[in-house]
Amino acid sequence: MKNDFQVIVIGCGVVGASIARELSRFDVKVAILEKEADVSFGTSKANSGIIHAGFHSTKGTLMARFVVPGNRKFDRLCDELEFPFERRGELMVAFDDNELRILQTYYKMGLDNKVPYMDLIGKERVLEMEPNVNPEVEGALYAPTAGIICPYEYCFSLTSNAQENGVELFLNKKVTWIGKQGNGKFEIETEDGSRFTSDYIVNAAGLYSDEIAKYVGITNFRIVPRKGEEYLLDRRVGKLIHRVIFPCPTSTSKGMLVIPTVDGPVMVGPTARDIEDKDDWATTRDGLKEVFTHAQRMVPSVKTSDIITSFVGLRPAAVGNNGDFIIGTTTVPGFINAAGIQSPGLTASPAIAEHIREVINKEGLRMELKPHFNPKRRRVASKVRHMLENRQYSQYGEIVKKDKTYSKLVCRCENVTEAEIVEAIRDGHTTLDGIKFATRAGTGRCQAGFCTTRVMEILHKETGIPFEQITKKGKGSEIAPYPIKKGGVE
Amino acid sequence: MTKNVDALIIGGGPAGLAAAISLKKNGIDNILIVEREDCLGGILLQCIHNGFGLHRFKEELTGPEYAEKYIEMLEGTTIETMTNTCAIEIVNEENSKTVYLMSEKSGLIEAKTKVVILAMGCRERNRGNIAIPGTRPAGVMTAGLAQKLVNRYGYMPGKEVVILGSGDIGLIMARRMTWEGAKVKAVVELQPYPGGLNRNIAQCLNDYNIPLYLSHTITAIRGNSRITEVDIAPINEYKEPKKEDTFTLKCDSLLLSVGLLPENELSQLAGVNLDRVTGGPLIDTNYMTNISGVFACGNVLHVHDLVDWVSEESEAAGKAAADYIRNQTIQKNKIAVRVGNLVRYALPTVLEPGKPGILSLRVIAPAENTTLYVKADDEIIYKKGHKKIFPSEMQRIEIKEVPQKAKMIHVYLE
Repeated sequence: MKNDFQVIVIGCGVVGASIARELSRFDVKVAILEKEADVSFGTSKANSGIIHAGFHSTKGTLMARFVVPGNRKFDRLCDELEFPFERRGELMVAFDDNELRILQTYYKMGLDNKVPYMDLIGKERVLEMEPNVNPEVEGALYAPTAGIICPYEYCFSLTSNAQENGVELFLNKKVTWIGKQGNGKFEIETEDGSRFTSDYIVNAAGLYSDEIAKYVGITNFRIVPRKGEEYLLDRRVGKLIHRVIFPCPTSTSKGMLVIPTVDGPVMVGPTARDIEDKDDWATTRDGLKEVFTHAQRMVPSVKTSDIITSFVGLRPAAVGNNGDFIIGTTTVPGFINAAGIQSPGLTASPAIAEHIREVINKEGLRMELKPHFNPKRRRVASKVRHMLENRQYSQYGEIVKKDKTYSKLVCRCENVTEAEIVEAIRDGHTTLDGIKFATRAGTGRCQAGFCTTRVMEILHKETGIPFEQITKKGKGSEIAPYPIKKGGVE
Repeated sequence: MTKNVDALIIGGGPAGLAAAISLKKNGIDNILIVEREDCLGGILLQCIHNGFGLHRFKEELTGPEYAEKYIEMLEGTTIETMTNTCAIEIVNEENSKTVYLMSEKSGLIEAKTKVVILAMGCRERNRGNIAIPGTRPAGVMTAGLAQKLVNRYGYMPGKEVVILGSGDIGLIMARRMTWEGAKVKAVVELQPYPGGLNRNIAQCLNDYNIPLYLSHTITAIRGNSRITEVDIAPINEYKEPKKEDTFTLKCDSLLLSVGLLPENELSQLAGVNLDRVTGGPLIDTNYMTNISGVFACGNVLHVHDLVDWVSEESEAAGKAAADYIRNQTIQKNKIAVRVGNLVRYALPTVLEPGKPGILSLRVIAPAENTTLYVKADDEIIYKKGHKKIFPSEMQRIEIKEVPQKAKMIHVYLE
């Protein structure tokens, strides 16, 4: 039967994608249902991109259980999937005696969680490592195993590798109803009227995981969006910092950070405010002020005039569970939660995925490793770009001779060629935001002022989507919805 | 592939075209223009309104017509043009430069040249630069992108429009969108005076009863897929929005016309020093940057309001570049130009003693019944009264002869 699967994963953020990819190693029939027009379009795309060392999590929580093992898996994942990942290390900085005592607490929490190679370091060493940190710094907790990553590229690479290994991805499929058939199978209906059936459901629906759980009668938790505003600075500002710089935390948040990104530009944020509206993706004047006040205390040369863009992320914080992750079996047999995965969810995602696979296995789904599992992600065009960035012109010239699409620069702020745009489209990214996240076209200082129409042309040529139906991020977000030639605007 | 030329011009818009023709007129034959788009003309191609060429050709042309005049001048000359070609790096060597080009047709090209003319133009400031609070829906774009979509592709980005910023492109688009049946609900300007030319306020807003809100700003953007509404608030003297007077307008698009920035990433990479005020390269009276043999003209140097002045400036730069190719002249005596009261900038920032000079400048804020002075030390060498003077209008003033012994030139308004 069509649309019948052994496991259906609801939600394709980093958690859903990690689980799907983990399952794709086995001979299991898996599908992912994603409500947005592209994967990672919810919480994941706005993640700060930090692979935490693990000293922030309290002993005994699921967060603490999964964060360090998750961290350890990234070297191999990066090797297989070729997403950008660098172990830069993180510094929690202290500016007075009280904060120095807080460092001690976190050092001990790190030891409890078995965070390796941590060190409490003094002022001189901090400034030697990070000369742009406020010279009034008194000391820091240093954890070299922390890393930085591009969160949506991580999600894209997991999804596309899972697909290569047989997982089916369904986009624009918002789940609106879940029932049980007589044979014990779940039946899922989506907004567009499609129907799916499966033996198991993994609820990785992020902000909406409480609503998905309600469809099967589970009401013991609620997700409250914890809003975080982030601000990205021009790459011109340069490498202000090499490592992730944390303040000493407050009770609700790890605090406002100064974050190096794998793409180069520095990011500052995020705020942490519990809100009610799951659709509140708006940055605010107050948020901007708050972020920069805090960031400037740690790195004084961070300036608002260097902002090139800003965005909001909504962390899916669980209520009714002390804010911890909600992972594992439920009162409904076959319905498995991977919910309430807020920070350090990105770091923990590979370990959570492995755990969920074990849970499904224990619940009775027999699975064998696939003999022909291909752990490698196929990518060509974006690798070639690095040649251009490293000024290996003669090598690049050779590639261009073979394929002219490498010589057509589409986005000149970030040097993205037509070859990369085409690769992303063929990978399944068919919105301007999806292509932007997959290739970086439009992320630079002109913020797509010049490349928008070029990308639209290529998208039209590749997919046949009419120009007026090309969207920013799915239906309802058309860029230029009214053709003038065909009668114009009424 | 390699290439060898005397002059390589980066950008085939009005500045690049005028510089090339001037180089040719001044005896240089081996000239290459590289243009990243598929045809020459630059931003003029999407400016289908008229009003171009009044000074230069004494007739009223559209943007494409103005570009065509220059493109026609290329015909039959030895000037080579390469479209779909992007300059990716300029490397400065002792007696020449190497420019790496990426061309759709010919692949990667290493071009050696005696002279580089920077004519890359400018780009628009965008939402990120001004950090408007709110969501990030479709329908928010720069006025220039909207202009391209409407005029070159034939698609309207929306039907109910709000425009933030009163720069010329925004004003032109207010009229253009109205002509295509859209309702332009407001043009919102942070400053107490408009950012664009007065003639555009009259012809694009007043003629169509489009309200202009001066000293106002947008404090929120709403809508998740598509923009649905904006909050508009008057600002106080500290440029903070007055919450109590905020009002909301429904709209399906928000166009931004909040300023232009010379596009100098390539120049910076090559080591060209930039002026903090204009965002363009620091030049001498020969339009030469701190790198010998690298010249700059047009909007990459400073943002102009009239293309006619771009052409004139670029012709002068082309002539100077031709002289440089022949004689390798390097200007020795320079007199610094300083700006004073109410003058935002003046270009070039140095003048040559004993020679005539042209200064381009803008004032900081509108002023009435005022006089623009240029002094060489204590001697007045230029003086002109203005009933009204606006920041949106670039002033170009000619100095007949810069005094031989002057130590400093001072430009100010009184």
